[in-house]
Amino acid sequence: MIDVAEASASATGTDIVMRLTGVDKQFGKPPRVTHALRGVEIEVRRGRITGLIGPDGAGKTTLMRIASGLLVPKRGEVEVLGFDVARKPLEIQARVGYMPQRFGLYEDLSVQENLDLYADLQGVAPQSRAARYHELMNMTGLAPFTGRLAGRLSGGMKQKLGLACTLVHPPELLLLDEPTVGVDPVSRRELWEIVYRLVREQAMTVLLSTAYLDEAERCDEVIVLHEGRQLGHGAPDDFSRPMTGRSFAVGAPDLGKRTLQARLAARPGVLDTVIQGEHVRVVLDADTATTPQSVIAELPGAGIEPVPPRFEDAFVTMIRGDQSVRRIEVSTASTAKRSDGQVIKVQHLDRRFGDFYAVRDLSFDVGHGEVFGLLGANGAGKSTTFRMLCGLLPASGGEISVAGVDLRTAAAAARARIGYMSQKFSLYGNLSVQQNLRFFASAYGLAGKRQRQRIDAALADFELQGYRDTAGETLPLGYKQRLALACALLHEPEILFLDEPTSGVDPLARREFWARISALAELGVTVLVTTHFMEEAEYCDRMAIMAAGRILALGTPEQIKAKARSAQQPGVGRETTMEDAFIALIEANEHREVQTDAA
Amino acid sequence: MSTAKCRLMLPEQQADVTRGGTRMRLRGLVRKEFLQILRDPSSIAIAFVMPVVLLLLFGYGVSMDARHVPLAMVIEQPDADTAGLVGAFGNTEYFRPIVMPNMRSAEQAMLAGKVNGIVHLRSDFSRRLRSADGAPIQLILNGVDANYARLIQGYVQGVWGAWLNQRATQHGAPPPLAVDLQPRVWFNGNFRSRDYLVPGLIVVIMTLIGALLTALVMAREWDRGTMEALLVTPVRMREILAGKLIPYFVLGMGGMALSVAMAVWLFQVPLRGSLWVLTLASALFLAAALGMGLLISITARNQFVAGLLAIITTFLPAFILSGFIFDIGSMPLVVQWITHLMAARYFVSILQTSFLAGDVWPVLLPNAAALIVMAVIFLGLSRRLARKRLE
Repeated sequence: MIDVAEASASATGTDIVMRLTGVDKQFGKPPRVTHALRGVEIEVRRGRITGLIGPDGAGKTTLMRIASGLLVPKRGEVEVLGFDVARKPLEIQARVGYMPQRFGLYEDLSVQENLDLYADLQGVAPQSRAARYHELMNMTGLAPFTGRLAGRLSGGMKQKLGLACTLVHPPELLLLDEPTVGVDPVSRRELWEIVYRLVREQAMTVLLSTAYLDEAERCDEVIVLHEGRQLGHGAPDDFSRPMTGRSFAVGAPDLGKRTLQARLAARPGVLDTVIQGEHVRVVLDADTATTPQSVIAELPGAGIEPVPPRFEDAFVTMIRGDQSVRRIEVSTASTAKRSDGQVIKVQHLDRRFGDFYAVRDLSFDVGHGEVFGLLGANGAGKSTTFRMLCGLLPASGGEISVAGVDLRTAAAAARARIGYMSQKFSLYGNLSVQQNLRFFASAYGLAGKRQRQRIDAALADFELQGYRDTAGETLPLGYKQRLALACALLHEPEILFLDEPTSGVDPLARREFWARISALAELGVTVLVTTHFMEEAEYCDRMAIMAAGRILALGTPEQIKAKARSAQQPGVGRETTMEDAFIALIEANEHREVQTDAA
Repeated sequence: MSTAKCRLMLPEQQADVTRGGTRMRLRGLVRKEFLQILRDPSSIAIAFVMPVVLLLLFGYGVSMDARHVPLAMVIEQPDADTAGLVGAFGNTEYFRPIVMPNMRSAEQAMLAGKVNGIVHLRSDFSRRLRSADGAPIQLILNGVDANYARLIQGYVQGVWGAWLNQRATQHGAPPPLAVDLQPRVWFNGNFRSRDYLVPGLIVVIMTLIGALLTALVMAREWDRGTMEALLVTPVRMREILAGKLIPYFVLGMGGMALSVAMAVWLFQVPLRGSLWVLTLASALFLAAALGMGLLISITARNQFVAGLLAIITTFLPAFILSGFIFDIGSMPLVVQWITHLMAARYFVSILQTSFLAGDVWPVLLPNAAALIVMAVIFLGLSRRLARKRLE
């Protein structure tokens, strides 16, 4: 890595592989024009990994498609490898490797057949194929699976096969559009290792887009996009360095971590708060007279110490602009009865599809007012578990009781006390915000004055008044998420099920969302949430890590990290993150399986 | 494609856009398509199962003929003459006469759907039969299905006329009619509806494969995001299109062969024209249908919309507006104009001629010319509208 960076640093301007000048791109016709890119100026240098960082809707995919000649910009010039993309798309396409977001695999073709197809399309000579396939299969670890249908591969394996197909003819420039989205942390790490190897050994240039901010630090250069605008371009350090002296970790053993975060977020001069393990990470405003001491004033037993800044601090500060942290008020008066009992009880839960166990021997329970997280990669069994808990899918075996109701006998009764928000924010795209709310209110049996009251409260709580008559599909993603949550809360449920509620939403909207969830939990609502953002697990009181339908670890975030530390070699230098813990647990599990197989 | 160009492992070797060549890319696409067809149950269902089901259904089940029609005979005064007439009705395979005592019971049987018509012979039937004017008979028909009623009417007239002739000859008298009508039916002498339905089905089957299946599989590439991955390879748009056309052309011709074989051997439909004319005409029609399918999928880019469009613009017209079941000549003028836009009508005309009449060039050539024009328009339009871009 360092070698490459130094080599490129000495390079001249001719080493620019890709250059975008004043690129504008719009979709749709007036009056509904979406500005996907606005005046973007980008240079990508040879032999480097450039990261395109931004939340959904930032324009990352549009930019990738423009660079590969799939879209033509409205204004501006795009030059890739010395060719004008608008005029010579085929020249670009012969030299560039592009992996689209969904990997572009034929699911009903085997791994080998997919490779053959792309080798034919890329014109790889038959005599050089065997060696190339061998190399790619070894690199991606897919060698044992060449006969398997692509549709039967796990998410991580699909992603690697997609990459192998893109690389079947070694490209000069590799474009990867969100290659790590929805993939488990282990596969994510493996993908990064492959990318590093390509750059190191084959001097490949890589442009990679991602919505994971922690991946920015793995790139040589970072381009930050937000709502079609380019907010910055530089090394990851260039972004975080100016934040030095503004990032702190606050600990207050006497306060709950969510309470602590809520209090800190309300202080003037505090730009960002994130729960990290036992601490709350705080980013302070540069201009105000806020001092570390003033931040923790009046907080019993609180301590504060400086921490090194990271890319995310800078990113949030950048996109936050001048809007300060708003205090989230949730007026949703839950009808939940205060009780100390278990609200959700799951015992030895199984779910089979044919001879395949999607969920196997799952046991856990969730207490009143608790935030409980289910973590795992795509395909770990989270969604299946959720559907069973909501009474949408019958269990093959085991017992589930939700809000004291046995789901096998009275699913409908349980459902009235449950709020459910799905991954895709199941809203009616062509209904307005108001109409969506009214529909879901009626569906939950609210009528007349009560319905009006609840809808008005939802509009106020979620600050949706300004969008009252906007069609659901045209809402910004963050607002769609708000509306989906508002709909799920209309009937004041005791239990809230959130299935990947923050997927694709920008970091600010995610923070706001978690602030609301904290407030709801404070009011006694029990929350069950699935996520593949490992750092979000920190917001949970307790959590379960799932893999291949089983629970690998169950407990508070700290307990799980401790378990991971003992599973791994002890004494890793820095503080264990949830992602480290996840990877350690998965690896320990695989290790154990290998041992059991051997025995 | 030379070896030197294909040693690609080293980055400094400039990649050549022409490496590999059209043949390699096309071979890859065609092979992929065949593998997908073989593994996708819905493709198999549309390409192989549906044709067989349709052929069996139309070959055995659906019949537009009138056979053994229950007919009430109300005879006010039975005698030798009336018995002879009832016998005449009973001797044809078209009718099953049921003698009823009075009109009232006959009407009730008609209301209950037990008979499809009533033949009423008045008490003076035998007397007036011998008079110079002849005897009238009353025929009451259930006209709910107008075509069927007309068919029965024709048969009743036929039986009645034949009986009168036969009676006249027996009595040594000249036939009562001045003109002796001796109908001769050409091309389908037995009036077997199967003989024109089964060949006509080839249109429907080839439309299914050519337009519907092609539109669906192309739209599927958009839906599943594989089209995006295809477009960023050095492949040309014309190769992508050809990569779809070739497999489905082969599949469509296979469907045609299957239908012809079943028609000739299973249902004993005569094939009076030559096989090569039929094959050539099928190829032309298939080209038009494939062009239509491609055009739909290029504009729709979504399986649901593409499927609906294909059904409405190609599959249903192949049934309704092609002359396969409903005669085009008896449609309203406006609808007749519309049928000229349907490739199916030309092909139905070719098929029915080819099977039942033979190589009648004055019919075949104009229809074939129309198919060529449509194929050129649809394929040309697809080629023009298909862009290696996402918008």
